[in-house]
Amino acid sequence: MRTEVFYKNSEIDGRAKRLLSLIRGTVTDAVENLAMVDVYLTEGIAELTPDLSKELFSDPVAQEAATDTHAADSSLMPDWKYLIEVTYRPGVTNPVAITARNTIEETLSIKAAGIIQTAVQYLIKSPDLDNKTLGKLEKALYNPLIQQSRFIKREEWGEKKLPPIYPYKVVKSEVKVENFDIGNASDEDLLRLSKERLLALTLNEMKSVKSYFKDPETLKKREELGISSDTTDVELEMIAQTWSEHCKHKIFSANINYRDLETGKTERIESVFKNYIKKTTDDLTEKRPFLKSVFHDNSGVIDFDDNHLVCFKVETHNSPSALDPYGGSITGIVGVNRDIMGTGKGAKPFFNTNFLCFGEPDTPEEEIPEGLLHPATVMRGVHHGIIDGGNQSGIPTVAGGFLFDDSFTGKPLVFCGTGGLLPAEIDNEGSWINHINPGDIAVMLGGRIGKDGIHGATFSSQALDEESPSSAVQIGDPITQKKMFDFLLEARDLGLYEGITDNGAGGLSSSLGEMAEYSNGIRIDLDKCPLKYEGLAPWEILVSESQERMSLAVKPEKLERFLSLAEKRDVEATAVGEFQDTGYLDIRYKDKPACFLSIEFLHNGLPAMELEAEWKRPFSGSDPVKADLDNNKMLHDLLNEPNIASKESLVRQYDHEVGGVSVVKPFTGANSDAPSDGAVLRPVFESERGVTVTHGVCPRYSDKDTYDMAMCAVDEAYRAHIGSGGNPEFAAVLDNFCWPDPVESETTPDGKYKLAQLVRACKGLNRACIDYGLPLISGKDSMKNDARMGGKKVSIRPTLLVSLMGIIDNTGKSVTTDFKNPGDNIYILGNTNGELGGTFFEKISGGSYGPAPSVDTETALSTYTRLSDAIQKNLVASCHDISDGGIAVALAESTLGGMTGSEISIDSLPGSSAGETARLLFCESPSRFIVSVSPDKSSDFEKTMKGSPFRLIGKTTDTGKMTIMKNNTAVIEASVDSISNSWKREDF
Amino acid sequence: MTVKTAVITGYGINADNELRQAFIMSGSEADKIHIQDLIEKPQSLRDYHILAFPGGFSFGDHLGSGLVFAHLFKHHLKDELDSFIADGKLIIGICNGFQVLVKMGVLPNFEGDWSCDVSLIHNNTGVFENSWLEVEFNEKSHCIWTKGLDRMDVPIRHGEGRFITKSSEVLERLEKENLAAIRYSDRNPNGSENDIAGITDSTGRILGLMPHPEAFLFPENHPRWTRKEIKEGFGLRIFRNGVDYMKSRI
Repeated sequence: MRTEVFYKNSEIDGRAKRLLSLIRGTVTDAVENLAMVDVYLTEGIAELTPDLSKELFSDPVAQEAATDTHAADSSLMPDWKYLIEVTYRPGVTNPVAITARNTIEETLSIKAAGIIQTAVQYLIKSPDLDNKTLGKLEKALYNPLIQQSRFIKREEWGEKKLPPIYPYKVVKSEVKVENFDIGNASDEDLLRLSKERLLALTLNEMKSVKSYFKDPETLKKREELGISSDTTDVELEMIAQTWSEHCKHKIFSANINYRDLETGKTERIESVFKNYIKKTTDDLTEKRPFLKSVFHDNSGVIDFDDNHLVCFKVETHNSPSALDPYGGSITGIVGVNRDIMGTGKGAKPFFNTNFLCFGEPDTPEEEIPEGLLHPATVMRGVHHGIIDGGNQSGIPTVAGGFLFDDSFTGKPLVFCGTGGLLPAEIDNEGSWINHINPGDIAVMLGGRIGKDGIHGATFSSQALDEESPSSAVQIGDPITQKKMFDFLLEARDLGLYEGITDNGAGGLSSSLGEMAEYSNGIRIDLDKCPLKYEGLAPWEILVSESQERMSLAVKPEKLERFLSLAEKRDVEATAVGEFQDTGYLDIRYKDKPACFLSIEFLHNGLPAMELEAEWKRPFSGSDPVKADLDNNKMLHDLLNEPNIASKESLVRQYDHEVGGVSVVKPFTGANSDAPSDGAVLRPVFESERGVTVTHGVCPRYSDKDTYDMAMCAVDEAYRAHIGSGGNPEFAAVLDNFCWPDPVESETTPDGKYKLAQLVRACKGLNRACIDYGLPLISGKDSMKNDARMGGKKVSIRPTLLVSLMGIIDNTGKSVTTDFKNPGDNIYILGNTNGELGGTFFEKISGGSYGPAPSVDTETALSTYTRLSDAIQKNLVASCHDISDGGIAVALAESTLGGMTGSEISIDSLPGSSAGETARLLFCESPSRFIVSVSPDKSSDFEKTMKGSPFRLIGKTTDTGKMTIMKNNTAVIEASVDSISNSWKREDF
Repeated sequence: MTVKTAVITGYGINADNELRQAFIMSGSEADKIHIQDLIEKPQSLRDYHILAFPGGFSFGDHLGSGLVFAHLFKHHLKDELDSFIADGKLIIGICNGFQVLVKMGVLPNFEGDWSCDVSLIHNNTGVFENSWLEVEFNEKSHCIWTKGLDRMDVPIRHGEGRFITKSSEVLERLEKENLAAIRYSDRNPNGSENDIAGITDSTGRILGLMPHPEAFLFPENHPRWTRKEIKEGFGLRIFRNGVDYMKSRI
């Protein structure tokens, strides 16, 4: 049965109007009107009569529903020319269809066995469009990778019909375990096998697999148990997944010979992770007693107060977002939410945060390599996914950002982060402790397994090319997951399980594989895993990345209670195995051995890579700043630059205050339209204590030196924490590296340099974190952010996102960036050193302006400590950190927030900057703030800041304009209105 | 005797914690009740004086906001809810909760038969929006929840908050009987008819509204609290009205 639902008055459908204006803007303005019809297709559900279907699926006040006629024939619809109906491809998750099924089952109290599909139909009124425009129109309405469609022209209507049901069957795989004689395979055979099965393992790695299977001990053990000496496909997939770059961080663990051609020195670094990242935290452990669990769990855990802990994780979901921007980003969010739910005994997510990096939004269409989506399309889809992912999960989205750079045209970077809250103790034990004992039952919870996202982990470890598999794409369903989380928090508080982890990349092979390390063994019965449909090979069941699933360890005596609560909450839970202490991973299919591997080999058998890195500093001379530079124009160009410009209309589509914990919101000021430096939240109603969430990222500096880039990123995140009122001694950070492939090869001839950039970034990260006392508590790396399309390679600029979560002792002392009252004194804190290299000034001007800004942590820390002191004494009216676009942009933003005016002089700024005015106005020297202080508090403020670089530079005014003076001449003069106009772009 | 509030939860409702907190801070006991538990045992509703429907995305709003939840209530809990109302008890629905009440027909419920006369549809902007704005309360309204209130800053957070009526007669009747208890006063964010942000029924004991007073429990929730003194979380006033009303009657 086909049920079509549409608005009685199509003119009031806000959704359709929005889409119409998008199409008119991006496809053709010849389209005159557009109406949308929601379509429900059902088959084999006897209880669902046409009347019931109409009742269940439509709003009787606003909508019309039809089962025996078509919306397309209704006089209520516009006089359409083209009809396009879109539904999902077989096997792709359709959250709307899941809800439709729930509705039928829950309302009618039945189990609906039949087929339920949903589709969206677009009725488009326009003159005749040529084929090229029609192609663009279709592209704007659906993504063929995950969706299927029907296209009908008006003149064909009647003769061409809409289907009663769309194809829904997924191609079946042969359900058997395949064997390979690895022990006798030649190098060629090994490489071929790795390539054909998309294992993404190198020859060296395949050889390690071979020697494991030739090892007499392995053979003896297998013989004892009657297992063939051949390697099964399940074993190969398990190894490939566990050893993928995505899961094993091979480059961060590699042995690197690092040659610095500047100093002539060579170092051998055995793992940059151990030497720079883990070491940072180890060295800070004594100084920072608030650390609870770092690196080994799904997120890093620190103290919040006596009764609570907080945890934080940021993930990337780049490759899937390149192919399906909406599904990629929504899956990124619900995925990192699961990391939080899978931390310790399970934390409750209380904020999401994200950083989204795209190619330049106004790139001409013809410059986009064949096979890649236009950055504006990617951005629209990713943004939509972030909206749905966060809003529908009921988790506020805070403190995010957007970055635009032509190097992200090949692969967007989608950083998705989540913070969680845990009670300090659960069941009289630290809540961060996850333990799993032999005898515990392995339970899979949540959605069923399909072919979604097979090879996702290995796929993300490779460059994007024409052959990237579409099955690598999954679509997350926040509502299904929310239901599961609600159940889990209930079960957690009842003490119904021992250990928990999420099913993300690599699916069960990864989650149960990792959990088995705790007990030292597991037996899994793959045939017990519930499937979405028949026809999954055993290896597919093991590595599928079907969404909304967690894996748990449940004590046998609690299993029944656990399963019955799950059933009551409508969450599927299945016992699929048992944790053991055999030292082996024993996976069966219908009781027959499918995979038998030593845990020791699986987790520690991967040989370390041997890599070469070579640092040669790029040209660092500077062009002169143009003598006739128009500083006013530069200010407005900077304010209008996509990276700096306001993203308010995009950000307001995120729910940023659900939960009722918001203290400092994304926008601030008299009209709530000026930018905040970060977010402040108070997650526990009974407590005034809060957390700050901030980020630092500056990939343009990587062109000069990634050491400075990394230090500046840490500084940016930390100074925003300080400027918001955070406790200088109570913050922790996450490192998230997104790099182009840094391994030298035929396709990457500059691999040594890129690897040296990685080494230097790690050194910079380590230096800044040690100096500031910022332990790294968790991290992530994504190392193959290159795209090869039509013979062209596009690689991203090396990007390190530093994300900080800190404590603010009293949220009532938070500070915002907006100027408050006319007549307040304006101070600059920190040294202005005039560096223009890698800045947005350089980007707009073209050319090269020397080295990137560099951080002097000692001076910075003295500024930060004193500023924090001043904030605690309530001396500061506003505080804005100076970052992209320098003093001029920061002052403009604070002035806009105050809706007042400001006048400053840059004659004698602290620091070592050379004379050129533009260097003073637009340089991005780190560790600086623009602060306003009321006159009666100024003397106390100056006393508190004494000993750190600061200067009184002007006053806030009521003139409605911002003036910057040098040598008694206004070098910049801009009205608040003009600032607002430049800063708010129409296309966002 | 203590006033007891049931805050409904489950299936994608997500503003339940702060709504429960709002009632606790207003002097009520408050429990979160999973809709599935209520369907299993409808009479448990009798233990409560106030029924609160929080915001969120029940069932993802996939079939239209609040619609599926409304069906569940209509098909499983109509009798129990009718006697809850007849007993003189209170109901509030916020955002998704308002959408549920409207789609059930409990608001405005002119004829007492739960027929649907009004709806909340996609914003005229076509997008979800989270902003603070000012609302004004209809001083002529007999709604007990909004009694004595004049104006308030509150956040909106919705994609489907456009209030429409089935016919001009319905709108006229709402206005004539002063059932339009809350209006957007500085700007209409979604194209609602007559700037309506919330309505009550003929008893004045049921209120549905799109804005989120439960997101303004503390002064620091206000977007401009660093610019001017905010004495308290003004959103609490609505909940206190409800709890105080019940307190004097039990």
